[in-house]
Amino acid sequence: MSRQVFAYILHKEGTPDDTALELITAAKKIDPDASVVAVVTGSGDNLNTVCNEMTASYSEVWKVDHADLAYPNAELVRKALVGILPKDAVVLVPHEHFGLDVSPGLSVKLDAPYLPDVADFEGLEGDTLKVIRQEFGGMVSTHVQADISGGAVITPRPGSFQPDESKSSGGQVTDKSGEVGDLTSTRRYLEIVEAEMGEVDITKSDVLVSVGRGIEDQDNLEMIEELAEAMGADVSCSRPIVDAKWLEKSRQVGTSGQTVKPKVYVALGISGSFQHMGGLKGAPFIVAVNKNPKAPIFQVADVGVVADILEFVPELAEGIAEEK
Amino acid sequence: MEILVCVKRVPDASENEIEVNSKGTDIERDDLVYSVNEWDNYAVEEAIQIRDKVGGTVTVITVGDEEAEEVLRREMAMGADKGILISDEAFEGADGRGIAAILKAEIEKGNYDLILTGAQADDGAGQVGGMLAAMLDVPYASLVNFLEIIDDKKIKAGREIAGGNQEMNEIELPCVLSIQTGINEPRYVGIRGIRKVASLDIPVRTAGDLGLEASAVAPKVNRVDYFVPEPGEGAEMLEGSTEEIIEKLVEILKAKGGIK
Amino acid sequence: METALISPANATVFGIPTVIFSVLIPVVGVALFTYIVAQRSAPLVLANPDYRFDRVPQRLWAVLKLWLGQLKQPRYRVGGVLHIMLFAGFLILSIRSLSLVFLGVAEDFVVPGFGGGFGRFYNVIKDYAVTIVFVAALIAAVRRGFFKPDRYKVPPQYGKDHTPEAIFILGMICALLITESMYEASAMSANQQLGLHAELIAPLSLAWFFKIILADVSIETLQGIHLAAYYLHDIIFFSFLCILPLGKHFHVITSLFNVYFLKLNKGSVKPVKWGVPEEKLLDLDSFGSKNFEDFTWKHILDFYSCADCGRCSDQCPATAVGRPLSPRFISIKARDYCFDKYPLRGGFKKGEPLIGSIYSEDEIWSCTTCGACEEECPLMIEYIDKMVDLRRGMVDEGNVPQSVQKPLQALEKRGNPYGKMEKKRADWTKEKEFKAECPVKVLEKGGTADTLYFVDSVTSYDDNIQKLGRAAARVLTAAGVEFGILGKGEKDSGHEVRRFGEEMLFQELRDHNTEMIAESGVKKIVTADPHAYNAFKKDYNGLPPVEHISQLIAQALDTGKIRLKSIENTDAVYTYHDPCYLGRHNGLYDIPRDVLDQIPGIKRVEMDKCRDRSFCCGGGGLYLFYEPIEDKRMGQLRVQMANEAGANIIVTACPFCMVNIEDAIKTSGLEGQMTVVDLVELVDQHLIAA
Repeated sequence: MSRQVFAYILHKEGTPDDTALELITAAKKIDPDASVVAVVTGSGDNLNTVCNEMTASYSEVWKVDHADLAYPNAELVRKALVGILPKDAVVLVPHEHFGLDVSPGLSVKLDAPYLPDVADFEGLEGDTLKVIRQEFGGMVSTHVQADISGGAVITPRPGSFQPDESKSSGGQVTDKSGEVGDLTSTRRYLEIVEAEMGEVDITKSDVLVSVGRGIEDQDNLEMIEELAEAMGADVSCSRPIVDAKWLEKSRQVGTSGQTVKPKVYVALGISGSFQHMGGLKGAPFIVAVNKNPKAPIFQVADVGVVADILEFVPELAEGIAEEK
Repeated sequence: MEILVCVKRVPDASENEIEVNSKGTDIERDDLVYSVNEWDNYAVEEAIQIRDKVGGTVTVITVGDEEAEEVLRREMAMGADKGILISDEAFEGADGRGIAAILKAEIEKGNYDLILTGAQADDGAGQVGGMLAAMLDVPYASLVNFLEIIDDKKIKAGREIAGGNQEMNEIELPCVLSIQTGINEPRYVGIRGIRKVASLDIPVRTAGDLGLEASAVAPKVNRVDYFVPEPGEGAEMLEGSTEEIIEKLVEILKAKGGIK
Repeated sequence: METALISPANATVFGIPTVIFSVLIPVVGVALFTYIVAQRSAPLVLANPDYRFDRVPQRLWAVLKLWLGQLKQPRYRVGGVLHIMLFAGFLILSIRSLSLVFLGVAEDFVVPGFGGGFGRFYNVIKDYAVTIVFVAALIAAVRRGFFKPDRYKVPPQYGKDHTPEAIFILGMICALLITESMYEASAMSANQQLGLHAELIAPLSLAWFFKIILADVSIETLQGIHLAAYYLHDIIFFSFLCILPLGKHFHVITSLFNVYFLKLNKGSVKPVKWGVPEEKLLDLDSFGSKNFEDFTWKHILDFYSCADCGRCSDQCPATAVGRPLSPRFISIKARDYCFDKYPLRGGFKKGEPLIGSIYSEDEIWSCTTCGACEEECPLMIEYIDKMVDLRRGMVDEGNVPQSVQKPLQALEKRGNPYGKMEKKRADWTKEKEFKAECPVKVLEKGGTADTLYFVDSVTSYDDNIQKLGRAAARVLTAAGVEFGILGKGEKDSGHEVRRFGEEMLFQELRDHNTEMIAESGVKKIVTADPHAYNAFKKDYNGLPPVEHISQLIAQALDTGKIRLKSIENTDAVYTYHDPCYLGRHNGLYDIPRDVLDQIPGIKRVEMDKCRDRSFCCGGGGLYLFYEPIEDKRMGQLRVQMANEAGANIIVTACPFCMVNIEDAIKTSGLEGQMTVVDLVELVDQHLIAA
């Protein structure tokens, strides 16, 4: 029997997350022969919608329907997963806020090695899985390996794997709700406090001029705004700018900020951490300007310029203004 | 309230390029300086603020070599009451799971209500807190950027989730939380503060003290090597004089619909 | 001498001898005054020590110049001249006032030495003094009441307007002068009516006018006026004395002492606690000024002495850009707090920490220590040491702005605020072209040199400023100076670290550099950074002589070691911006200008605010990292001033001024119209190759 790999499907309001299809690719990179099982927890109609949608891509979909799982409280989900998964399961959970919440504990409960934030897989050699991770904010990479014969919990990095769009499975939904056992926890989910929306909704912008740490000083934001105006773009930013309170939270692109889908993305003085890139969807055309030629952003950008944005941006704005 | 904060001494990588040594076994550490992991510092600040509000003690703990004592002192200078250094050759090369197991052994000797870790450290794994909670069978919440003590039994914790939103939870104590940056503004630790705590006693725990065999913390996950990835295709780099670059860039932007 | 009127010493009213009042009023007045001053002294006694009893001749000279000579007053023309009139008048009239008190007891009383011809001369002078003070007080009142110069305004966050207090005191002064003159005029008028000897009253003086008015008044009425004027004067005089310590007019009493105890070491920073040696600092329970009594007694005397004239804040660059700091209110708020905590009646109140009650954190971090306020203050009130002490207190509490914490930690770990590696400190010398043309010796590698070029962090690491290091090296080479640098052995001079209140870190940096410099065996230090220059001169001990590079260039020009070629761009108009730590703190105003003027064909203009009134660019070192609350940047105002002066090239002699002004030109949208250049760079560009 081929190896089973379980993919935990994130979903919200009946819509599966982008990572739902990325995990198939990740699983196949571990073992091309693996049979990949989608695990979907939740409750009611939304859950069914997601499960049905997943059957197109996964040959097997395990459904866990439980009123207490309507919101994915990681403590409860972990218990449910421990209840339904076989002892030597290889489990994939996307490495984002939920994955970070559930996976370390899950690995302990399954007594399986934990491979967090995996950027790529080198493949299996016997039972030894070798993966690629990044350390020091992406400045260096490492090969990490573990014996997965007794199972493993792996959190692939969102956006690092191409979504498998083949939709060729025509799979089955198996209801596992009965196997979850006791779902109580002393951590209770209360509510979501929504971030305050700013005046501009950057998730709807076609062109974004995005600014990062390279701006150095709040007063320099003016030049970014001028450039954005010349281009007819909106201004967004990376996390340090919000942490410094120079722009409102609603302008932040990234896994802890907004997910944006522009056509053109101009990254100014942004190094390009995966947390930032995680907020960038829909394969925009990326222009990167950074004074560090080794900045990771140049790996993912379409066009790059090595320059100090404080000098480059005013000239670019002028160049664009002249063109018009 | 008895609060334990798990901290880690990490290389300060912010302004300098981290390079891999010639054999690829480690990063080049010769010219690195070390400090406390940034996230842990927020956790300690949060712990101190809670203690100052509701009373109790803050203990900082780390697993590492002798030099790791330095970060304990810094956090004690910041205001933590006690420090515990867990240091043993047997623990070298422990993975996240191993560190969690070591911490668990020490924690079970105490009576902690609240255990905090940083959301992540230099390796970006963010794993020890969650593992520790599971081993202790207490609830866990990660990426906490808001914390309120309701009473001596319960807390309210906000987690940072996508879209800048916050997921609110009520959690019973004892529990483990991993603290995200931005939850507070950590206070400055001056040289005077550090010197003042220089003579305070920091107990060192060994494997024997904790009743742990090296095998108990043998890593399940091993780092094989460090490397700098071959640059992929990457971006088309525009070169030439600034005017030429801007001319080209404006052209490209226009073609891609970047100028409206 | 026979007089027409009965003097207060001998008069009776309703059968009561008025001499009783002549004795009672002064006794009560003096007793009350003594009590008030004693109460006011309590905080001074409780305050921290301050060593101000040395260098007596220098202090006396300062009193002569700044107190008696009122040397700073004319810096503000109208207010200054008015004050000199009032001050001189008060000095002259103090003798008269004293003698009047005694005249109430003994009618023939003469102040020793004031008899005879000198006495008559004094009386004439006195009559004019009364008149001058009277006129000055009237003008001052009109000026404050109607013209309201901006610098007297009280912004809403600092409380109520101070005009009523000022007008009230001016009114009292006028009343004193009128009663004195009436007293005099009534006696003379009566004497004249009875044909007795009438002392000469100076023509056109106030008393002279009153005498004319009283010429036809009956002797009886004159007698009434005479006595009434005397006792009114007596009462007002002693009330005035007792009111002085209740507000800004305390300076009338304290100014003499405040000037005498002035800070003599300009540019230096006071020790953490006077009398506590550095090795004992760890034993101190607390650092810096957290509570009011942590200030030194001189600092509290400063608060007492503030005359609320607003000159400090008028010159303060932080105030000008809308930062939450106004030096004037640093003093006024502390004085009001002190008066409230140490009331004249009832016990002393429990205090609260200064930060959070009367001062805000941002207020204290807003100061760039440029020294413009201290330069301007006619009373020699200090601000920088107070700021540093308040910051020491905040640092001790861990209360440091987030934006400055990382640089401070980097300074601790790496000796520079950027957190860059030590081994890269000399990288600026490694640029290919430069290395070939001007190799720089690094002294750590056993190299020896006569002179150490101390580069400091910004020039070593800032990509845009490294060129200044290379320019300096080329100029030094051209001048035939045998020099070297410390390379990775150099750490930040710590100048701003100290002024940010992180004393212990500063001491570490200082000790390290001192040791490295000693090991290098150099006989001389030169630096192009005024902050390092000031640190070496004022904060370090036991170093070889230190020069700013402008001094070295001036000598090299004098001795013909280097020569400069003409300015090529005929449209270039230069203006020299005085860096605070070269100018105000070290008095180097002329040397850089002399160097500039030796470039043939240079067109140079002065900005309105130049020399000791130079306007800070925004501050150096850690100030580059601090994110202040402000409406605009200091640099932007400075660039505007240069523009208004008709200059298109700003010359400075400090790498931080360069950073700030360069930035300000960009953010003011003046790129292409204005540029900034360092003096060293300019000299380098105009060197004639030997």
